[in-house]
Amino acid sequence: MTEFDAATAAVQAALDAGARYADARVMHRRYESMTARNGDVEELTQDESVGLGVRALVGASWGFHAVPDLSDAAACDAGRRATRTAMASARVPGPPVDLVPVQAVTASWASGCQIDPLGVPLSDKGDLLVDATRTMARHGADLAEGLYQIWDTAKWFVSSEGHRIDQRIRECGGGISATSIGDGETQRRSWPSYRGQYGTTGWELVESLDLAAHAAQIAEESRALLTAPPCPAGETDLILGGEQLALQIHESVGHAIELDRILGWEAAFAGTSWLDLAQLGSLRYGSELMNITIDPTIPGALGSFGFDDEGSPAVKRDAVRDGRWVGVLAGRDSAAMASLDYGGSVRADGWARLPMVRMTNVGLEPGPHTLEEIIAATDDGVLMDLNRSWSIDDKRLNFQFGCEVGWEIKKGRRGRMLRNPTYTGIGPLFWRSMDMLSGETVAWGTPNCGKGQPGQIGHTGHPAAPARFKNVRVGVSA
Amino acid sequence: MSGQTESELAGQVVELVRRLGGPAAQAETVVTRADLALTRFANSAIHQNVSESTVGVRLRVHVDGRTAAGSGSVVTADGLSALVERTLAAARLCPPDPGWPGLAPPASTPDAPPVDEATAHAEPDQRADRVGAFVAAAGNLSTAGYCRTAHRSSAFANSAGQSAYGRSVEAAMDGIARRDGADGVARRCADRLSDLDGAELGAQAAAKAQAAADPVELPPGHYEVVFEPAAVADLLQNLSWYGFNGKRYAERQSFAEPGTAQFDRAVTLVDDPLSASGLPFDAEGTPRRALTLVEAGTTLAVAHDRRTAAEAGAESTGHAVAGGTTWGPMARNLRLTGAAVGPASATGRSTTGAAAGAVVDTDTAALVAGVRRGLLVTDLWYTRVLDPKSLVVTGLTRNGVWLIEDGVVVRAVRDLRFTESYPRALGPGAVLGLGARAVRQPDRVDGVWWAAPSLRLASWHFTGGASG
Repeated sequence: MTEFDAATAAVQAALDAGARYADARVMHRRYESMTARNGDVEELTQDESVGLGVRALVGASWGFHAVPDLSDAAACDAGRRATRTAMASARVPGPPVDLVPVQAVTASWASGCQIDPLGVPLSDKGDLLVDATRTMARHGADLAEGLYQIWDTAKWFVSSEGHRIDQRIRECGGGISATSIGDGETQRRSWPSYRGQYGTTGWELVESLDLAAHAAQIAEESRALLTAPPCPAGETDLILGGEQLALQIHESVGHAIELDRILGWEAAFAGTSWLDLAQLGSLRYGSELMNITIDPTIPGALGSFGFDDEGSPAVKRDAVRDGRWVGVLAGRDSAAMASLDYGGSVRADGWARLPMVRMTNVGLEPGPHTLEEIIAATDDGVLMDLNRSWSIDDKRLNFQFGCEVGWEIKKGRRGRMLRNPTYTGIGPLFWRSMDMLSGETVAWGTPNCGKGQPGQIGHTGHPAAPARFKNVRVGVSA
Repeated sequence: MSGQTESELAGQVVELVRRLGGPAAQAETVVTRADLALTRFANSAIHQNVSESTVGVRLRVHVDGRTAAGSGSVVTADGLSALVERTLAAARLCPPDPGWPGLAPPASTPDAPPVDEATAHAEPDQRADRVGAFVAAAGNLSTAGYCRTAHRSSAFANSAGQSAYGRSVEAAMDGIARRDGADGVARRCADRLSDLDGAELGAQAAAKAQAAADPVELPPGHYEVVFEPAAVADLLQNLSWYGFNGKRYAERQSFAEPGTAQFDRAVTLVDDPLSASGLPFDAEGTPRRALTLVEAGTTLAVAHDRRTAAEAGAESTGHAVAGGTTWGPMARNLRLTGAAVGPASATGRSTTGAAAGAVVDTDTAALVAGVRRGLLVTDLWYTRVLDPKSLVVTGLTRNGVWLIEDGVVVRAVRDLRFTESYPRALGPGAVLGLGARAVRQPDRVDGVWWAAPSLRLASWHFTGGASG
């Protein structure tokens, strides 16, 4: 019995039990991670998981069931149980459910991969992390940590509308961090970001990060931060590096434009959104430099795919154009409920999880400046980079971020290093204050986006470049 | 799927390691079957309703001085062999592991509370009916939340001769009612689904939402606070993960200093996994037991697994978790013991008028009655650590904040952002009152819970208002 056979059996069983629509995902995922600390490999984990999840729609109610078994009997039972669960949902019914049309296709897709990351010898991968962490320890880090992660996912999707799609997505990445410990606090510097940079690529991404070459510098900076002056408190011009701006986009734009949040489907947990659908197309989200796209077609970016987990093909769309809010991340049912004509942003974290609205690659189009031009044009400000903490309210408005490092900017020049830099603000006010944006774009990957109940971890991409924001409150402390 | 029991599968894995890895190969394995179900509602309707019947095998091997871990979901003979072969192969390619602490020795595990079979095998209709009761009790307010049940059956075995078996169940319900953008929440977890009353929880959430209407914005600053159990649960979680974590302690990233009076005398923290349904062993097969982390304000211990215990010259406290080599051992069933410190009255002064419904229990009412000017905070949200050693955390209030004046809740307040050191806020002299009854709060993962009474603190640093 093939994976397509199992998915087909599950869908048919759901229909036979009374569903008016059903789809099923078989997924086979292999995962490998290695961590190293102070010159030793700390942990090596290799996981392999295979199973099937089936979703059934009965009237206006959904049900979902998952099993780690691809036999015909198990698949059929899963289909029937999904339908029975949907019927239970109808005891507390909602409004009618429609699905925006998607052409049923038979298709295959695979992400690009030059060097199979699971094929690289473990000893080579271990040597990379051991050498980098040993260098950091030698240059003053109390804690020298390195990490890589690899996911190799094959999936087969079948729907009662006739979809039959298989995909293979390989993702990997890694990074290093140096922590120095003082009397009352710790300071950390990372490369290229804390817990690393990720993409839908092969091992070539990790090689390109050149971890060893940056180990000494970040270790020395983490040590120097312990005695650096604290980031002053007040309002100032804030320059964000691209890595931090990627998370700013993720938290204050990406989540805010998720249609399930806007519709209230996440109200009790992840939260809602400050955005009102009545303002789609007219609301000023940010300055005219702000052009945000939803683009799962970017080669190598972490949120890329051929088809989402409802069978919708990857399509690039605008979310914010010239500062105006024009698009959302949607699924077939949420789009229909909002009278929109597109889904395409639904994914499931493995076979045992319900597909739901997730970010794909949500990022900024390049701006006209460079980081050096932005610094040169800043008379008095702070440059911050690499995220250390992030917090935002349940409507995605009020945020506070902490970064690993800040630098004083005086009269167009980068000055001394600042420790414990933080900044806070309100999303749309912050984005409207963006007056300079670099074109030095990197598609940063975020492999740890939590959402949903039961919890799901999403992999998202965020093209971003350094930018300047005016009159931002910085230096918040306990 | 294999018809073998979890114990049989675990024994088979250990035997496979012995056969394929040689007599010197060390192995530990956990096999878990789980039935997890969650019925989710929003806009007063069930919109997501999921269940899963899963099996998982986790294996860690130590061979020729090298260690590797793996897991799999295929429990056929071929699947288990493949898991063992690839994990052994991985270990042989790894650098030496000088910190390997050895396997848990044979030891009997304690008796765990009996499993409620009705909860273990709950049907979707039962969860849906509780949701229906919650929705109905909230009247015309919009509601959202979930009702979930979880059942795990788990066996441990290692090549040192330790073996153990256990089952756990949990039911949880968490919901909000909404009025004009103001939310009220009710949240519980229990060993039995029958102990969760959807109507009671829905009415409580609705009363709080009604009381949260028309909030005013207050300026940031230091305020005296009364935290309800949902908010206190966040304190316990962060103290556990960042403070009482044996790995972070060994790395000098923790504030914890055993033997030192770091907290107010009202604070006693006990990790007590088997006071509720739970597995009687940890991820390394060490028996789980109650561990007092703080007694009357003095830090006594941190949680250890075998690796951190060996580094510290101590014994494992039974807090190993999967992936713990990286993340460290964690206390996940922490209870702040109620002490009825502060206002003696168990009834307090009732709140009337627009804010009626803000206070939902007599413990909280008693604490509120002693506050001259401060804030009643129901829940904390999106808390993130700025510095792990001082445990400075930023986050926001959620699901209801009210101004207290002269012992009475007078009006709703808009959400505030805070930046605060948790151990400092709970430090000597900082706790002005503690409720008598600890209320068990569910975590995002079943089997993890935080039990706390309401808590009155002298000062909490709010660093931003709703508008920035």
